Amino acid sequence: MDLLAQSVPILLKGMAITIFLGVTSFVLGFGLGGLIALARISRFTLLKALAIVYVSVFRGTPLLIQIMLVYFGLPQLGIQMSPVPSAILTFTLYSAAYLSENFRGGILAVEKGQWEAAGSMGMTYSRTLRRVVFPQALRIATPAIGNRFIALMKDTSLASVVTVVELTRVAESVGSSTFRYVEAFVVAGAVYWLINSVLSVGQEVLERRMGRAYA
Amino acid sequence: MTDDVAIHAQGLHKRFGDLEVLKSVDLTVRSGEVVVIMGPSGSGKTTLLRCLNLLEEPDAGSITVRGRTVSCSGPRQSRGRRRLIRDIRVRTAMVFQQFNLFPHMTALQNVIEGPIHVRRLPRSYAIEVGERLLARVGLTDKRDEHPARLSGGQKQRVAIARALAMEPEVILFDEPTSALDPELRAEVLQAIKNLAAHGMTMVIVTHEIAFAREVANRVVFMDKGYILEEQSPSVFFSNPANTRIRSFLRLMSDSGPHPELEEAS
Repeated sequence: MDLLAQSVPILLKGMAITIFLGVTSFVLGFGLGGLIALARISRFTLLKALAIVYVSVFRGTPLLIQIMLVYFGLPQLGIQMSPVPSAILTFTLYSAAYLSENFRGGILAVEKGQWEAAGSMGMTYSRTLRRVVFPQALRIATPAIGNRFIALMKDTSLASVVTVVELTRVAESVGSSTFRYVEAFVVAGAVYWLINSVLSVGQEVLERRMGRAYA
Repeated sequence: MTDDVAIHAQGLHKRFGDLEVLKSVDLTVRSGEVVVIMGPSGSGKTTLLRCLNLLEEPDAGSITVRGRTVSCSGPRQSRGRRRLIRDIRVRTAMVFQQFNLFPHMTALQNVIEGPIHVRRLPRSYAIEVGERLLARVGLTDKRDEHPARLSGGQKQRVAIARALAMEPEVILFDEPTSALDPELRAEVLQAIKNLAAHGMTMVIVTHEIAFAREVANRVVFMDKGYILEEQSPSVFFSNPANTRIRSFLRLMSDSGPHPELEEAS
């Protein structure tokens, strides 16, 4: 048990890295996903086609392949990246594909009458999006977006294969140096669960707050 | 009533796929006039109304609002044309059958949205005007309620205040009471009558015959994509020239909720 107790600081550090990977990639993916959703619903055919191809590629291939391709593949093209930035880049691209579909679903679920009411008062397209459609779409998409955030938190464990010392990799090394694999992985799993429980509560609070106007 | 033309629509055609909904429609609405459009369902009355502020793009024809003309035969997507359409929409407010209030905003926020974000009025001024308009439709105490907390009649009155807040040349009403329970219709009709008394120019698609008789300067009867008749309400309801109109009015009176029609026919 002593050996494991000694591992607490390094486990905490791994946890911090995991949270950092998840939160950063989610925030960046949220922004990129929003842009992709806009392209996807735009009336410009080229933008729309690019968005469709993007989503198809990043949603249709394994995340592990994307991670390794970015980390091992980019240097071959002369682009060097340290493990953490390369992992964040991959997670961002990957979650943007999913989030863009969540946004699109939310936007499409906003009633046509809302567009018409805004249009009939002379609002521009972009202002209609900002003032009328997005606030409603975001509320509709919140459960799906919350799911995505939680899934991403767990997906960050794949960064361990490109030497990022996050929670999973810490657990692995603690396990191999102490031969207490069960304890190490159970603790790591519990920490993921704890992080995601906090996210779930946050999602619930957000949903309740946004639903208040509709009660 | 002045002789200024508020809206002039000329040669409007509109088809949805194989269905020709408007076949060459001309309509002129003068300032201060209240025009009621009636007709059987599928006659094109709602489409005509929606074409007047280009919520629906006609396939041919032109719309002129206060001297600004949008033609529907030339190229569609130019920047200048889009701006012109927005300009026409600012001048022609619309009240919808399904209200279409913004559910994430309170009653007051709904009313001041256009003034602040389209007309660029200072916020404090917009609030002042918005409160006055809510008072005018009798909803001062609902100022901070979201639409979900309002009855259908209250929602529609907020929608009317929202339309007024744009200070439009014309308000277009698309069956404003059709989605309401009978006991809620009166309050909305009363609000519209008040506007008429104040000289507001309005085009109203409705099935409310008693209301049309009282408020309209002119009744436009549409059938199968044409305007069949334009007439003063007294002549239209008591002595309709056309057999189509007579059978329509008979049908409306048979269907129950318009007992006042008995005397008309």
